[in-house]
Amino acid sequence: MAYLELHDLRRAFGPVVALDGIQIELDKGEFLSLLGPSGCGKTTALRLVAGFDRPDSGSIVIDGKDITRMSPNRRDMGMVFQAYSLFPNLTAEQNVEFGLRIRKNKRPARRKRVAELLELVGLGHAGKRYPHQLSGGMQQRVALARALAIEPRVLLLDEPLSALDAKVRVQLREEIRRIQTQLGITTLYVTHDQEEALSVSDHVAVMWSGRIEQMGTPSEMYGAPATPFVAEFVGTMNRLQSVVVDGARGEVEHAGTRLTVDTARGRTKGERVLVLVRPELLELEPSANAAAGGENSLAGEVLTHTFLGSITRLKIIGPETDLIADVPTARVDTLPIGLPVVAHVPAAGTRLLSLAEEPTSDGPDPGDR
Amino acid sequence: MRRRWIAPSAVVWLLVAAAFFLIPLIATLLFSLRSIQTNKCCSGAAYSLIVHDHQFWHTIRLSFLLSLETIVISLLLFVPTVYWVHLKMPRLRPVLGFMALVPFVVPPIILVVGLLNFYKGAPSWFYDKPYGFLATTYVILAFPYMYFALDAGFRSIDLHTLTEASQSLGASWRTTLTRVILPNIRVAAIGGSFLTLAIVMGEFTVASLATFQTFPTYIQFINETQPYEAAALSLLSFGIVWAAMLALLFVGRGRTRPVQVAATR
Repeated sequence: MAYLELHDLRRAFGPVVALDGIQIELDKGEFLSLLGPSGCGKTTALRLVAGFDRPDSGSIVIDGKDITRMSPNRRDMGMVFQAYSLFPNLTAEQNVEFGLRIRKNKRPARRKRVAELLELVGLGHAGKRYPHQLSGGMQQRVALARALAIEPRVLLLDEPLSALDAKVRVQLREEIRRIQTQLGITTLYVTHDQEEALSVSDHVAVMWSGRIEQMGTPSEMYGAPATPFVAEFVGTMNRLQSVVVDGARGEVEHAGTRLTVDTARGRTKGERVLVLVRPELLELEPSANAAAGGENSLAGEVLTHTFLGSITRLKIIGPETDLIADVPTARVDTLPIGLPVVAHVPAAGTRLLSLAEEPTSDGPDPGDR
Repeated sequence: MRRRWIAPSAVVWLLVAAAFFLIPLIATLLFSLRSIQTNKCCSGAAYSLIVHDHQFWHTIRLSFLLSLETIVISLLLFVPTVYWVHLKMPRLRPVLGFMALVPFVVPPIILVVGLLNFYKGAPSWFYDKPYGFLATTYVILAFPYMYFALDAGFRSIDLHTLTEASQSLGASWRTTLTRVILPNIRVAAIGGSFLTLAIVMGEFTVASLATFQTFPTYIQFINETQPYEAAALSLLSFGIVWAAMLALLFVGRGRTRPVQVAATR
């Protein structure tokens, strides 16, 4: 039996359905990230687990005990908030000690625990400082220590890094993972940052419109997205709307061009499908060098370069299709802006989804990520 | 390092403002120091008579205790109410704000006549005693000052996050209010309390019409009968208000901390 179970949780705010029957099971000591765009219901789910809100239906079970109607102060959940939530009138030490005082722990035990936790988050030297004397990153570390002090049954993290700068964010997320692994604490982490979710979690649940689109390990989410939304939200994906022309040979037709993709084998002729190709799988070469009418190729022209460090992301605009391709930065000089190119779509490594699976609402703009 | 200097026009305006406030005070002081027998300067007789008048101590004690009672009732009534409205029913904030303006709009004379009629059948321990009827009326009169001070205090903190953080750590509503919220709106509560103190210490209309002998009615009585003592009393009451203001500054000094809002660092 799972340690934390959310059964068919539903929550609506007037006509807006924030959660539409989500189902989650999490084993003890696991780290699950709820990932999704703003308004997808991930924070609502976390608040229901914390007890700050009540579901319209469904239940929350921890360690076999139904806590759906239990008040938040009796749930033993440690929470780190997006907003800086330290009590401004208390020092870092007193903040960490707060939950222990509520539990009426003895003073020496409290002192020892506070010192241990501040050391654990690397702030042993800053215990006497007030929140306004700490940086944003330090405040969130104290908030983490404070949440851990009560030895919570589940640690809840509501976008704790979103107010921090990029460098501190990366550093702190690694620390959160280290501490979580060290203490073996069951953790539910809410974020809209896919990189954050993929890098720290045991499992990721991608949410959209109040539902869980897919739940799996980070590599499953990236490598085998189950829906077009997940495919687009986790990483960047080229979407080629196609029709199966020969299921036996795995051939589809996209905008008048025949493409052979392994995943189309066995599909019914005439079926409308979506071929999903990661940008790093596309191979680009100047049109002048390419053989005329080369197989599995789409033509276009380089529109933009976006420098991403070791790779550069190229936007290719074609007569029918726009593509995104990642090339090693060292090679980008051979593919200047305005150059006609062909993009080779590999037969292996692409994903194929039936267009019936496409959500009716608009997905997020891939350019935003 | 650039040398700091003050513009001459600023000095002029400072002197004009100082003169505006200080000249009446100095004039009152000089008047109060005149001898009752000779009408000439300088004698402390007026002050001596005032501080040896037991009515002075009786009325000032009564007014001070009424202030404390009003402050305690107001805080007990309004802190949880404003907290709950901010937290759970923010749509009621404009309604509360409107209600808080009513004591400004309704003249005290109308208020006191209405309240005297309203409480006519009330038990005598309430109706005939200042700590009953007067205190109740003063809570109403102080409502706008206390409400707007507390409202500003609650708006300056991230109430939802602090409440939820406290509850997630195991604190009950009461513990959250007393150990997390109150310390962080302390300055606002003190501000509202001292405004209440100032109002009650100076309230004349209600006390006079309800025939209670408070400090302001005592001032009025002295003012009508003994001019030098009245001037001395004015300065003494001015000193009391200043002492209250300094106490506010002293209590609030160094305790305010920057409000923490996400994404500000």
